[in-house]
Amino acid sequence: MKTCAKNVLKKFNYTRRDYLIPVLQEVQQTDGYISMDAIKEIAKHFKISSSKVYGVATFYNQFRFEPKGKYHVMVCRGTACHVKGSLSCLNMVEEILKIKAGKTTKDGLFSIETVACMGACGLAPVVNINGEFYASMTPDKLKKLIDDIKKKESKNGKE
Amino acid sequence: MQITVNGKNIEANRNETILSVLKREGFDIPTLCHIEGMQPSGACRICVVELEDRGTLVPSCSYPVAEGMKIRTHSPKVINARKTIIELLIGSHPDDCLYCDKQDSCELLSLARKYGVNEKRYSKISKNFPRDVSSPSITRDPKKCILCGKCVRVCEEVQNVACIDFVRRGFNSHIGPAFDYSLNISSCVNCGQCVNVCPTGALLETNNINQVIKALSSGKFVVAQHAPAVSVSLGEEFGLTAGKDVDGMMVSALKEIGFKAVFDTSFAADLTIMEEASELVDRIKNGGTTPMFTSCCPAWVKYVETFNPDMIPNLSTCKSPHQMLGSIIKSSYAQENKIKPEDIVVVSIMPCTAKKFEIKRQEMRNKKVDDVDISLTTRELARLINIFGIDFKNIKPSVADMPFGKRSGAGKIFGASGGVCEAALRTAYHLITGKELGKLDFESVRGLEGIKKASVEIEGKNIKIAVTSGLGNASKLIEEIKNGEKYDFIEIMACPGGCVNGGGQPFPKNKKNVLERMKALYEIDENEEIRTSHSNPAIVELYNTFLGKPLGEKSHHLLHTTYSKRTTADR
Repeated sequence: MKTCAKNVLKKFNYTRRDYLIPVLQEVQQTDGYISMDAIKEIAKHFKISSSKVYGVATFYNQFRFEPKGKYHVMVCRGTACHVKGSLSCLNMVEEILKIKAGKTTKDGLFSIETVACMGACGLAPVVNINGEFYASMTPDKLKKLIDDIKKKESKNGKE
Repeated sequence: MQITVNGKNIEANRNETILSVLKREGFDIPTLCHIEGMQPSGACRICVVELEDRGTLVPSCSYPVAEGMKIRTHSPKVINARKTIIELLIGSHPDDCLYCDKQDSCELLSLARKYGVNEKRYSKISKNFPRDVSSPSITRDPKKCILCGKCVRVCEEVQNVACIDFVRRGFNSHIGPAFDYSLNISSCVNCGQCVNVCPTGALLETNNINQVIKALSSGKFVVAQHAPAVSVSLGEEFGLTAGKDVDGMMVSALKEIGFKAVFDTSFAADLTIMEEASELVDRIKNGGTTPMFTSCCPAWVKYVETFNPDMIPNLSTCKSPHQMLGSIIKSSYAQENKIKPEDIVVVSIMPCTAKKFEIKRQEMRNKKVDDVDISLTTRELARLINIFGIDFKNIKPSVADMPFGKRSGAGKIFGASGGVCEAALRTAYHLITGKELGKLDFESVRGLEGIKKASVEIEGKNIKIAVTSGLGNASKLIEEIKNGEKYDFIEIMACPGGCVNGGGQPFPKNKKNVLERMKALYEIDENEEIRTSHSNPAIVELYNTFLGKPLGEKSHHLLHTTYSKRTTADR
C-alpha cells in the first residue's frame, strides 16, 4: 500500500516541528498505521532524521506501525476494566493469536490494540471488535468470539 | 558572586551552573549524562548536591548558582541519594560485568564501587533487547544502556547524523535507529563518537582481537601498521600522561606479540599527500571539480555518500593512508619478498571505529584480496598488549621496519585536525613552484576550533582552504559552499579535533587530553628532520622503484578509489 504522507504533508507547507504529531495523526487516520515510507517522507519534510520521527511516534500509544487486521480487537485497559480482570482477557487474546498488542497477525486477519478507556465502564471489562462492543468479557467468552470469527473466515475462504 | 561549598567560600560567576563551579574548583562530582561544553540534560541525577539552607537536593549540572548559596557536596543525604540512583540503574542492568568488554572503563561500575553498592536491595528486572552485532564498527547492547542520552546528543548535535534516538516509552524505552533497524543498514557513519561518550558497555567497538590472535597463529605473514594518532594516546591506557609519544615502545610491543613486520601508517600518509597534493594541483590547473575534499576519513566519506551524494565528485579519489599502505604491502612488498598477497594479513592499528567498516568496502580490494584484513582500535591494541603479558612501561623502544617505516613530520600531523591540509600545502607548493616553502607551519589551520579558514598564495594564485572537524561543522561548511562560497581545498575529519579524538581512542575523554595529544603531534613534527612528504627518501624510493609517478597508472590502480551514492534504510 502506498502511503498518503505526501498528500497530508501538502497541507503543512511550512516545516515547524510542532506540527509533527498532527501530521502523524493524520497519516495514521488515512493509512491506518504509520509505515516506514511515511516516516521517511515526514522526516524529509521536517528536515529531521527518521529516527527522531520514529522516536516521537513510538513514545505515544496512539500510533501503530503495522496495518490493522481485518478484525481489529481493542481491549480496554482502563481502571474499571482492569479491576474487573481485563488483563486476563488481553493475555488470552495475545496467546491465541500469538501476537502482542499493537501487532497484526501474519495472515492480516487480526490485530490487537489496548486502549486506556472506551467510556463504557459500566460494561467492564469491555472489548471492541471492528466497532462492536462486547460487554463483561471473560477469557473464555473472548476465546469463543475469536474462534467464531476464525471459523467464519475459514468457511468463507473455502467457498 | 560568593557561594559556600562544604563551608569554604568560593567565587562563582553569574549564569554558571553549580557543576561548572564545582568542577573548576576541583570538587569530585560524579556525572553520567553530562557532556563537557554542551547544554545540560539533567537525565541521570547522579550529580545531586544539597542546598544547605533549604535542605533540598538539586542536580548540579542544570542548577544555576545564586548569591550566598550554601552547598554540601557529600552530605549523608547526598551520598544516600547517589547510591540509590546507582542501585536503581543497576536494578535493570545485566550482571555480566565479568564478560563485558567495557571492563575498567565502565563509569557505572566504578561509581557502584565508589559508593559502596555491595548488596542487591532491589530485585532485578531485566530488559529484553537484542544485541546488535550487525555493524562492522560498533556493537550495541541496549540491555546495558542506562538511557543517559549522550550518544543521541552527540550523534545529532555534534555529528548532525542523528541516526539513533530514544524509542518507545517507560521501561520499554531504549536507544536505537529508526524502525528498530540494525545499525549496518542505518545512516550511521561509524565515527564512534557515541562509543566515546557511552558510560557503560552499551556501545562499544566491534571486537576484532580474537581475529588477530588467530591470524598470528595461522602461519600467515602478519604485519601491523599504526596510525599517526595512536602513538600519542596509547600510553594513557597504561597510566602514562596524555600526549606522551610511545611510538618506539609500541613497535617493540607489536614485534613481541608476533607481528612479522611493523610499519608506520605515517609513511602512507606521506604517500597520500603525494597523490592528494598532485590531484589538487591537477584539479586547480585543469579546472577539475573544486573544492576538493580530503578522503582520509572513512566516516566523512560515508557521510558524503549518504547525506550529500551530489558532492561525491568533490571527494579526492585517494584511498585513506592505511588502505594505501595495505595495497602497497600486498603488491610491491609481496612481490619483493616473494610472498603471495593472500598469505599476508595486514592489521591496522587505528584510533578509529570507521576504519573497521572501511576495510570491508568492496572498492578496497585488489584481485579479490582485501587491502587491509583487520583493523584494531587503540583501546583494542592496549588489551592485546595486556593479553600477551607485555610490560609496556618498561619495554625497550625500537624503530618501525623498512621500507615503510620512515616518515616525515607532515605524515605524523595527519592525526590532528588541520594536519592533512598543512601537509598537503607543503607539498602542493613544491609541486607548483619547484621550491620549498620558507615557513612550513600553518598555525591558522591548527587547533580545536570548529571551522578554520586560511588562504595561501602560490605563484600569484590565491588558494583558499578550509579545515573543519566534526560532521556538524562539515555540514555547515557544505551549506556555505552550496550558497556560493568558493574554496579550493577542504580538509574534513569526522571526529571533533581529528583522529586524536577518534572513536577508538582511550577512555575517558576530555578536551585537555585531546589537546595534549594534538600538541604532541605538532611537537614531533617540529623536531623532525624531514618535514615534507615529498622529501621523505622512502617515498622517493617507492616512486622510483615501483609506482612511477603520482597519479600514474600504478597509483591509479592501487592508491585511488571510487565512491557511490549510498541508500540507507532510514532515509
